[in-house]
Amino acid sequence: MSRPAIEVRNVSKVYQLGTIGATSLKEELGRLWDRARGRAQAVKTGEFVALRDVSFDVQPGQVIGLIGRNGAGKSTLLKILSRITQQTRGEITIRGRVGSLLEVGTGFHPDLTGRENVFLNGAILGMSKAEIRAKFDEIVAFAEIEKFIDTPVKRYSSGMYVRLAFAVAAHLEPEILILDEVLAVGDQQFQRKCLGKMQEISTGDGRTILFVSHSMAAIRRLCQKCVVLRNGEATGPLDIEPAIELYTENLTESVYDLDVSQTKRSWGAEARVCRMTRLRIVSSNFLAFGKPFEIEVHLECYRPITKGLLGMAFNTVEGTRILTLDSDVNDRTFDLQPGKYVLRARMESMPLHPGFYNFCISVGGGGHFFDMLDAALWEVKTSDEDRWSDRGAGGCRIEPELCIIPESGTAPAIYDSRSA
Amino acid sequence: MQNETADFEVTLRPTTGWLQVELAGIWHYRDLLTLLVWRDFVAKYKQTILGPLWFIVQPLLNAVVFTVIFGNVAKIPTDGLPPLLFYLCGQLGWNYFAQNLSASSATLVNNAGLFSKVYFPRLVVPLSTLISNLLTFFIQAATFVGFYLFYKYGLHHGGFGITWQVVFLPLLVLQSALLSLGIGLLLSALTAKYRDLVHLTPLLIQIWMYASAVIIPLSQFPEKWRWVVALNPMISIVESFRLMLLGTGTVEPLYLVFSIVFTLVSLVAGLLLFGKVEKTFVDTV
Repeated sequence: MSRPAIEVRNVSKVYQLGTIGATSLKEELGRLWDRARGRAQAVKTGEFVALRDVSFDVQPGQVIGLIGRNGAGKSTLLKILSRITQQTRGEITIRGRVGSLLEVGTGFHPDLTGRENVFLNGAILGMSKAEIRAKFDEIVAFAEIEKFIDTPVKRYSSGMYVRLAFAVAAHLEPEILILDEVLAVGDQQFQRKCLGKMQEISTGDGRTILFVSHSMAAIRRLCQKCVVLRNGEATGPLDIEPAIELYTENLTESVYDLDVSQTKRSWGAEARVCRMTRLRIVSSNFLAFGKPFEIEVHLECYRPITKGLLGMAFNTVEGTRILTLDSDVNDRTFDLQPGKYVLRARMESMPLHPGFYNFCISVGGGGHFFDMLDAALWEVKTSDEDRWSDRGAGGCRIEPELCIIPESGTAPAIYDSRSA
Repeated sequence: MQNETADFEVTLRPTTGWLQVELAGIWHYRDLLTLLVWRDFVAKYKQTILGPLWFIVQPLLNAVVFTVIFGNVAKIPTDGLPPLLFYLCGQLGWNYFAQNLSASSATLVNNAGLFSKVYFPRLVVPLSTLISNLLTFFIQAATFVGFYLFYKYGLHHGGFGITWQVVFLPLLVLQSALLSLGIGLLLSALTAKYRDLVHLTPLLIQIWMYASAVIIPLSQFPEKWRWVVALNPMISIVESFRLMLLGTGTVEPLYLVFSIVFTLVSLVAGLLLFGKVEKTFVDTV
């Protein structure tokens, strides 16, 4: 048997709290001055252990899933494996060239044309000019933007932009590929194409792949083994079903008043237009099937938003989306000037069956401005009046309007749920 | 790519050693290097009317302003050279260094978004600016040559002329590149931690220019104090440019040697500090 493609040995990553972010020169000089005068340092900085003694092996040709909740250490591990940052302790051996895709469109320059960006982006991802030239037509065809290839990408729609970016990324051919699921982008049809391409890559020429996903369906479809991360600790590669079981058990619910002012966007680089700072459920002190659901979203707008919308969604812990709440389904959009706002969204009756759900939320308008996948994990409970949800089956239960009239004649309805 | 991967193996450990410049890595990313050079050049002047002509206009305007203010109003002597040529030549020697310095000192901060998403040897970025600024340098040199010919043969100005030492000009340009790289990397590593430097660096570069014989030649300082002025490694470079291209300049071998030693020391220090900071700096952005 050949040696593992990736060997991770006792890897730990410790972040220094308090020193994160920019310290100013003044503070630092002040600290030096205090130290020089023999004063004890006023603030003792804390530590945050993002990864704790993580060890596992990945065999050549294996497709390994990496699952874990937000904050479990997935991104830290990916960043260390892709050499973006360095571990504090431990050792990693990698046999083969690594290509990592943590974001699409990295390094795209708005003033350059699609063609120019394909070359630039490809080179940033580690391809040579000759390789890119050889795959150029394939990339453009995959992105479906033949007509616009010589237009500066700043004139692209956001859909065209991500399609081109994904197309470049998908044609990268290293021996070890580190993939973040966020890559499946664009409209439904293109997303299916992306996942198809990933599947093709993973089943193809024996490439080793590390695949991060929140979707257990995708994990089941693409991966052979799975590493589960919980609070910085990792299991070895497990079989898929036990891994998913481990991941979905012992879930801890998020609080109902969530400070998200420091949370990074899930998608896209920076929050330039707006960001959410707080999510709060205001309808009652718990979420329950059949009960009103009302959420308050605190939003800071940095630039004007036109034709804006609030999008919310509930995913099962396995990552399947079962309820989408978009504020613009009837073309009702909002315009906002820079400032701070509170958005209140309400549903008269929570249609979700009792269970745990990941809550996703975004603010957009012709593109995403701010988005958080799995911003919270909330449990929908049952209530005293609820005598229906335990019938199970399906993700949502919604009462339709029902009217019954006798088949013969035009007599008035003998039953009408609206008046009953 | 595929053909060089057969025995590719890398072990990642927390940094223990200091100096680890990955020459092999940089070589692998040579195509990225050339594409970045090209991007710098093209992107800067898309949607401008004058395009690369700005490379000529800017130093020329500066030289005219210097001629009026420092030459005619303040009457600072120009070693007997035509003031416009004196200032153009001084800027030719200075600008390449200054442009490199301001670009490379911002390497980590300006590319934080890119660096936190994808790995490639970070040095590729400052190296690419050294090369793309070289193109600017050539355009400015051509402008200088134009004015040189105009003064010499159009206006029949005497008292200046190119000297044989000009064969060493490429070495001087190389030294400017290495010096700016060294100091730029140092500043870049420090800027990653102390954002104050984002504001401080442009000021520093401007003040540095006034101390680098671009306007006041070294000959204007009393002889016993010249060594203090020459603690600035750029003095020798700018004065050497004038000596080579116009035949007049105060170049002391001792100062020149000091300047070269200074360059090498700052280059090593810059590579060391940058190499240490680049590995984990994304944790702090």
